[in-house]
Amino acid sequence: MANEGPTPLERFINGILPENPTFRQILGICPTLAVTGSVKGAMTMAAAVAFVLVCSNIVTSLLRRLLKPHLRILVFTLTIAAFVTMADRFLAAYMYDMSKLLGPYVPLIIVNCIIIARCEVCASRQGVVTAAADAVGQSIGHALGLLAVATIREMLGSGKWFGIDLGWGAAGFEQYRWGVMILPPGAFITLGLLLGTINWIGAARAKRAASAQKGA
Amino acid sequence: MKNSYLGQAWLVLVLGLTFGAALAGVHVALNEKIEQNKKNEALRRIPQLVPGARAGNAKTIAGMTVYDAVDDAGRHVGYVIRAVGSGFNDKIELLIGLDASAANITGLYVLDQKETPGLGSKITDQDWLDQFSSQERKKQGRSPLSTAKQLDAKKGEPGDSEIKAVTGATISSASVCRTINDAVAKIRGELGEPRRTSK
Repeated sequence: MANEGPTPLERFINGILPENPTFRQILGICPTLAVTGSVKGAMTMAAAVAFVLVCSNIVTSLLRRLLKPHLRILVFTLTIAAFVTMADRFLAAYMYDMSKLLGPYVPLIIVNCIIIARCEVCASRQGVVTAAADAVGQSIGHALGLLAVATIREMLGSGKWFGIDLGWGAAGFEQYRWGVMILPPGAFITLGLLLGTINWIGAARAKRAASAQKGA
Repeated sequence: MKNSYLGQAWLVLVLGLTFGAALAGVHVALNEKIEQNKKNEALRRIPQLVPGARAGNAKTIAGMTVYDAVDDAGRHVGYVIRAVGSGFNDKIELLIGLDASAANITGLYVLDQKETPGLGSKITDQDWLDQFSSQERKKQGRSPLSTAKQLDAKKGEPGDSEIKAVTGATISSASVCRTINDAVAKIRGELGEPRRTSK
């Protein structure tokens, strides 16, 4: 069992960029589109997802030898739902305004594909340390994805970042404020352009590597 | 044993019980704080729900929390009912503003909801809630909603005691109206028929 699959470090690093949930796996797109109107909301969502992901990966990994193949998805969902409800109640108690802003998107973490995918791909096959490292890596990757989309949307849509006014108002920003960026279409436009850019960079890099090999 | 239902499903059952107990614990630990948050928000909303109101004193009428809305001088100007009804997904909690004699609805606010994002969640949009506000209705030349008539959510142009339903969310809209009808009926039962208050 020990030598099966990637090591904890590989799992951790993979989650951040090489297998970034948002830009490489295109998972967890619902919160990426829905709650990235402000960086604060996006980061709260990322923290809630991180909590659920780490907890359910650890629990699933501990239970992995007891899982029955045809009942495993049920166990994953049950575990995830329990931790999501805890996160939701915690937000309602200690971050009430944020909980109102995120609304039904917090309970919807239950159906966030990143978490169930990590349970299936990593936690149900590998040990607790690997599963935890994997969860932390994927959480950071997810947070970075949300941060990228939310930064662009909040800066162009409201002229702020993390709720801090960037002082663009003085430069006549109000007149050119890109209102669509805080609306749902802004999320699609931003995510599409970011995905395109990342793929374009990736393709250009592959091309350069190929021509360098030919030249050598 | 290995192939019996119990032999296969015991893990799911044990986990269900364990997580259930854990969630009950979370509920016991956090519920008081969550309730306090909601109460604070309800009190903050009172001035928007009853024209002229500044503060509210909570009391219990017919099993519901009702705030006696008072103005700066402490005079009674209306009521705010905290009502709960079932929506499309989960409970919808409303704050319903009534005038001094509980004869007309003066305002509405959605305190808590988990309706479908983008459809049912539009019941929290200010434009939609303005249909219940006596001040907004006055601006449009319409009379306030009477508590004597049953409210109804309707597609298309609404009549006198009707509300324009949110497109694609008729059930959420109707749930709000039903919750208001139930709460208002209870309040009127307790307070008696509204009479003209002497000025």
